[in-house]
Amino acid sequence: MFSKILIANRGEIALRIIRACKELGVRTVAVYSEADADSLHVRFADEAVCIGKAAPSESYLNIPSIVSAAEITDVEAIHPGYGFLAEDAHFAEICESCHLKFIGPTPENIKQMGDKMMAKDTMKKAGIPVIPGTENVIKTKEEVLKEAKKIGYPVIIKASAGGGGKGMRVCHNDVSLVGAFLTAQSEAEAAFGNPDVYMEKYINEPRHVELQILADEKGNVVHLGERDCTVQRRHQKLIEESPSVSITDKMRKEMGEEAVKGAEAAGYVGAGTIEFLVDGNNFYFMEMNTRIQVEHPVTELVTGIDLIKEQIKIATGAKLPFKQEDIKFNGCAIECRINAEDPENDFRPSPGKIEAIYKPGGPGIRLDTHVYAGYVVPPYYDSMIAKLLAHGNTRQEAIDIMLRALSEFLVEPIPTTVDFHKRVLSDSDFRSGKYSTHFIEKYFPKKEE
Amino acid sequence: MNIKKIQELIELMNNNNLGEIEIEQEGQKVKLKKTTAQGIIEQVVPQAAALQQPQAAAAAPAKPKEAAGNLKEVKAPMVGTFYRSPSPDSEAYVDVGKVVHKGDVLCIIEAMKIMNEVKSEFDGKIVQIPVENAEPIEFGQTLFLIEPI
Repeated sequence: MFSKILIANRGEIALRIIRACKELGVRTVAVYSEADADSLHVRFADEAVCIGKAAPSESYLNIPSIVSAAEITDVEAIHPGYGFLAEDAHFAEICESCHLKFIGPTPENIKQMGDKMMAKDTMKKAGIPVIPGTENVIKTKEEVLKEAKKIGYPVIIKASAGGGGKGMRVCHNDVSLVGAFLTAQSEAEAAFGNPDVYMEKYINEPRHVELQILADEKGNVVHLGERDCTVQRRHQKLIEESPSVSITDKMRKEMGEEAVKGAEAAGYVGAGTIEFLVDGNNFYFMEMNTRIQVEHPVTELVTGIDLIKEQIKIATGAKLPFKQEDIKFNGCAIECRINAEDPENDFRPSPGKIEAIYKPGGPGIRLDTHVYAGYVVPPYYDSMIAKLLAHGNTRQEAIDIMLRALSEFLVEPIPTTVDFHKRVLSDSDFRSGKYSTHFIEKYFPKKEE
Repeated sequence: MNIKKIQELIELMNNNNLGEIEIEQEGQKVKLKKTTAQGIIEQVVPQAAALQQPQAAAAAPAKPKEAAGNLKEVKAPMVGTFYRSPSPDSEAYVDVGKVVHKGDVLCIIEAMKIMNEVKSEFDGKIVQIPVENAEPIEFGQTLFLIEPI
């Protein structure tokens, strides 16, 4: 086991990783920007190093600063969390060359799966169903019209280097296609530094179901079940649950097997997630996320497996301590991402000081959060302040527990999405399980883009 | 070391706007460090016991102390190891009392095997060097206190 690990992240995930390390007897080093000097992850870690100013580019994305911090604190490994440098192949390579173990997949895994088209290609070759789409990057207006005709409307244009909903455009006809193609290219260039776009068949009213996998360095791969992340707003996940009510047991078994096959085909190491789009009885590979995800606690609750600890153990070279048949699923879990955002005003971020907070508790509740009374939510980073999870024997029970917990959750004076989640969980469509990724729009109609 | 003495030290700190004070007397050492609004009094340790060396940034991150009066702080622009001289057997770039000019090299911060020079941004006299040679330092840590001239 490592003697000391540096956590190259902040907020709730940094705290999560520090907790796992403590339980494993590993010493921890936190890094922080000047804006995070009073953060809990700084206080909970054994050591802390200030690495730069508030802006992520000067701190949490500042590779030289982070590697220097690792050097002066003499750590053996770095856990990148999610976001920031978690899927930066260059950072993973630098860690390797500095003899720091990057707790995550290999740089090759990151590069291969980071290129959305290459990822799709790898999966297709492994026999995994993929969404019908272009084989290559679309370069010209003529090509884009030709491909759309071949695939059949509606189509979606996506950034090859993309994610998080950026650089995506849906088109229903030739008229809007070329304009959308050009806009998607420039958006992709701006967001990811790479204007490459490709096209896929657009599936209306899809369900988003992802499979968690774990793979050790010896080629053993298991899946830990699915998470349904269909409730999203502008492609940002809001609520996640396991098991998914939109797939049959037969599909569940198949998707699990395909996910393992995919991870094996990619030679994947570590914790990863294979995302599928579900359209009725069909499922298609969408993309693979080469990191631990925000919603990983949903899987932890239904399987009883600590994913962060497993990540760390895999990084030491250890063999997975379980086989697929050892993985058991228990009950239903739901996660609500609580953000410092104002739902009454188009979800605009609401940073500021939390004067008072009452955190929910009681049976069936798990709360992952880094905030406390007196904490100032900084304006420089993402707005998530807590992950509230409920675990029950049935989906209904989990929803009831979550509603009860949400009613206890008080944060003052900044607006948060707590009440919004209460309304969603009380909604009859949500409760019946019949909803698609467009579900949220009925609450907050999207402005025409 | 008794309570009255410690109170006197706290008064001394406040009157002189000091963030940190260390006193050695009769085989006992006391270190008082201010963090934010409240003072934290560390343990009185007998001389013989090895003093716990605070890490690059202690568990409660030390905010750079308020420079008294007109003193200017030179803060570390990066994370690394602080060196006072260009090589182990050369002389230090500067010492307390030295007058420096804008552009003069004050120290080296070593990171990832690269030596980075830290230069003075103004003319002045070095009043204090609150860090030790070869000490690991973090971004924003105060390296020199300079009285501008």
